[in-house]
Amino acid sequence: MDLMPLVTILMLAIFVGFEIITKVPPTLHTPLMSGSNAISGIAVVGALVVSGADGGTLPSVLGFIAVVLATVNAVGGFLVSHRMLAMFRKKG
Amino acid sequence: MDPSTAKTIEGAMDPATVTMIRDLAYLFASVLFIRGLKGLTHPRTAVRGNLLGVCGMLVAVVTTLWAGGIVTWGWIASGLIVGSLIGVFLAVRVPMTGMPQMVAIFNGFGGAASFLVAGGELFIRLANSRAADAVAEAGAHEAMSSQFTIATALSGLIGAVTLTGSFVAFIKLAEYKITIGGKKIWLSGSLQLPARHLISIVAVLATIGLCVAVVADPTTSLWYWLLVASAAVLGILITIPIGGADMPVVIALLNSYSGLAACATGFVIGNTVLIIAGSLVGASGLILTAIMCKAMNRSLASVIFATMGPTADGPSADDVYAGKIKTTSADEIAMMLDGAQRVVIVPGYGMAVSQAQHAVRDLANLLESRGATVEFGIHPVAGRMPGHMNVLLAEADIDYDKLLEMDAINPTLDTVDVALVIGANDVVNPVARTDPSSAIAGMPIIDIDKCRTVVVIKRSLSPGFAGIPNPLFAQDNTLMFFSDGKKAFVEITAAVKDS
Repeated sequence: MDLMPLVTILMLAIFVGFEIITKVPPTLHTPLMSGSNAISGIAVVGALVVSGADGGTLPSVLGFIAVVLATVNAVGGFLVSHRMLAMFRKKG
Repeated sequence: MDPSTAKTIEGAMDPATVTMIRDLAYLFASVLFIRGLKGLTHPRTAVRGNLLGVCGMLVAVVTTLWAGGIVTWGWIASGLIVGSLIGVFLAVRVPMTGMPQMVAIFNGFGGAASFLVAGGELFIRLANSRAADAVAEAGAHEAMSSQFTIATALSGLIGAVTLTGSFVAFIKLAEYKITIGGKKIWLSGSLQLPARHLISIVAVLATIGLCVAVVADPTTSLWYWLLVASAAVLGILITIPIGGADMPVVIALLNSYSGLAACATGFVIGNTVLIIAGSLVGASGLILTAIMCKAMNRSLASVIFATMGPTADGPSADDVYAGKIKTTSADEIAMMLDGAQRVVIVPGYGMAVSQAQHAVRDLANLLESRGATVEFGIHPVAGRMPGHMNVLLAEADIDYDKLLEMDAINPTLDTVDVALVIGANDVVNPVARTDPSSAIAGMPIIDIDKCRTVVVIKRSLSPGFAGIPNPLFAQDNTLMFFSDGKKAFVEITAAVKDS
């Protein structure tokens, strides 16, 4: 893919990120952290491509480890966020 | 990622159509991530927001499985299953007090995945370009563009620093949970290696040199793995000297790195959803880092280089405390609370250590049932990660409306009858306001000394992370209750019930 469209996407995404995250209240900072952390598990997409590309044993093994780690990151991160967020409630 | 490989799977479908559908699906996933983070701007919508993030991840994974040019399925299926099982196991088991180290370790995994992907992609492209060389195919070296090599170097660098940095953070944070007792908790975190600045400079130079080598010589993956190793050492060196109370900054920063590593990997494999999701995470981590630094009135550099302000010429603990400390008992506190209209509780890391949140909740509920107003004043850096105290209090079922930020509660503290400080020290030290030469001068604090009566529940007079005495403890309107936090609250609750 060409560089410029990717850089454009990068810049816009960073601005969107700043706009949204600055509005997150301090009380939710821990779930924000674990939730955004889970999103960084998106590396699993890259891991799937590498591990499934049949480019030889070594890339497949690297890809496999990456799939495991990224999946732990995503699944675990979303789950702990859910556990924490479910506790934040307003009493009657 | 090449549409022609997608064709071999789909057969009938036009490769261009597959690519278009794939890119639309990735865009949809990115929108879900953004909507999901937006949901986190309010506790009411936060659970749904998190679920939107999950949906985004599912869309991205399914799309990749369908159109990612995948030809071998064995590795993938086992990887997804193993990863999910480990993830669920860890996430269900961790207690709320163990959250900081759990987040740290997940973070490290994300960083590691990123550099492994970049490394695997490098292998594949090297193999392809060698194959192309063999048949002298023109244009095959396109695959080794500088865009690719620079992104690969960045991915390796940031990913490896994230991995080892997060693991050191994890080890430090896990230690805190078992190390109980005054001074030791705060200081054991910072390990100062001899000649550490020299070692760090060597590691930084080596890492930069290897980054250049990766970009300059794209004919071998050797440089890449050396870079990963060097960056891994750097990650350890950066995190080791950082002390306990600075951990919120470190975790936030590593969180940001794991996003940036994913982002760099997005450039390596030319994948937009990685770039978008990665930069969202990067931005989030950077904002939290900035908030934490501001709340400690320290620069990021001073946290990373583990330097504190001047402390040597400050007054000694004896000067501050001698003859001025008044101790109290649970019964006496209960009597004071009996007549109190407004009570504020300020929790610190000590509450997490003694797991006192449920005991605190019981007292708060009891006082409320007797007509008092109970609120919590929460300093941004209280605890070991951003929002740590809020999570613990939420776990104990305390209404989030009662958890007030420092800036919200400070202007009204002079109308508070009784303030209970549990396991907090530096964040309520008035020296930050009064003494410009102090280590914490200018740090925003909770002005708890302005309350009518202050009760400090603490195991001893030992100093906090900043290593300085706290004149609050010696103030006329301050009473010290030397006890474990949980035990103290249980006793006070019992005493209030009896009165």
